[in-house]
Amino acid sequence: MDQDRRTFLGQTGKLLILTASAAVAWEHVLAGRPEEAPNYKVSDHWWGMAIDIEKCIGCGTCVRACKTENNVPLEAFTFRTWIERYVVDPADLDHPRVESPNGGYDGFHEREVRDPSLKMFFVPKLCNHCAHSPCVQVCPVGATFESQDGVVLVDKKYCLGCRYCVQACPYGCRFIDPRTHTVDKCSLCYHRITKGLTTACCETCPTGARVLANLKDPKDPIHAFLREHKVQVLKPQMATGSKMYYNGLDGSVR
Amino acid sequence: MKPRASDYVHLVRMAGLFVVGITAFVVLRWLMVPADFGVLGHYRAGAVTDNMQPPLVYAGQAACVECHADVAELRAKGRHVQVACESCHGALAAHASNPDGQKPVRPDPRKTCISCHSANISKPKSFPQVVPEEHAPEGSCAACHVVHNPKIS
Repeated sequence: MDQDRRTFLGQTGKLLILTASAAVAWEHVLAGRPEEAPNYKVSDHWWGMAIDIEKCIGCGTCVRACKTENNVPLEAFTFRTWIERYVVDPADLDHPRVESPNGGYDGFHEREVRDPSLKMFFVPKLCNHCAHSPCVQVCPVGATFESQDGVVLVDKKYCLGCRYCVQACPYGCRFIDPRTHTVDKCSLCYHRITKGLTTACCETCPTGARVLANLKDPKDPIHAFLREHKVQVLKPQMATGSKMYYNGLDGSVR
Repeated sequence: MKPRASDYVHLVRMAGLFVVGITAFVVLRWLMVPADFGVLGHYRAGAVTDNMQPPLVYAGQAACVECHADVAELRAKGRHVQVACESCHGALAAHASNPDGQKPVRPDPRKTCISCHSANISKPKSFPQVVPEEHAPEGSCAACHVVHNPKIS
């Protein structure tokens, strides 16, 4: 083929211009639908949460707020977030007793000291919004997915209610909504965080034991939190890429 | 021997079946898979916007402070500085969007306090906690404490 310098440069130039405009167009696609969340840019966010076990008082305000905000049924075993109390023999981390009466909805009011030698503390739990979620991997129809800003969401219109994901979640974060017979779980209050608000649980937590974090924002206090504390995620050996960073996580917690 | 047209009939039939089958597959797929499936990944792109739809129930701190700046100021000076309004007052998005029509209920000035401050061995030691029956057997906590800035008044 006969190709002189002029045509070569011309073609390269066109190609470069076209690639740039395609990239700009793709950015717009990635940025989501502007009309739904006018000031929200998906590519500027990567959501996670800082949870400080040393601040949790087990009052249950987060559990109540979550059920109210997200219209979660009040019956037992349907929780998007819940609180567990660990009762641990300090020398036997393998056999903790885990209590969560009504998911901690009413708080923990038992006052007697059962055995002063036991270690007791509260652990707030919710969806870990894994970057490599086992639940997403097993969904046969693509009804649950990791959004581009790092939130594991459920497509309630598409879910079959087959329960594979309920079994796949290593953290027990999913349940079947008894009204719709489709799966439900923490959405990290996606309807709130895309409007510039924090989640209902983080909004109402009186001690600041849980704080929503945008890991892509260099000014977010999460970076100082992760730097200054010895943090751990739940079940790190499962390589789920959890983004719930716990401070003060005891070895007995599972 | 010269091949006849009828020798190929079975192949033509087979090809016809394939065409019908593939067409049926394409048509059914077109009918059943939503147009936005696969745009962003192996899911319906519309599901992302579906998840943005639910109405707000908790208004958020900024909405409260907009009108109740005086309470926010009082609270900012005390140890309840990081406790959000809706932590004690409950979900108030309805009140925020219709301040006169939807009046919130005043929280119980004993039960609300106890729900956090009753003593429990499992709570962190640094958290201020009392045994309510010993500390004040009955009555409102607000009789002695300023709830928005819980010093002794």
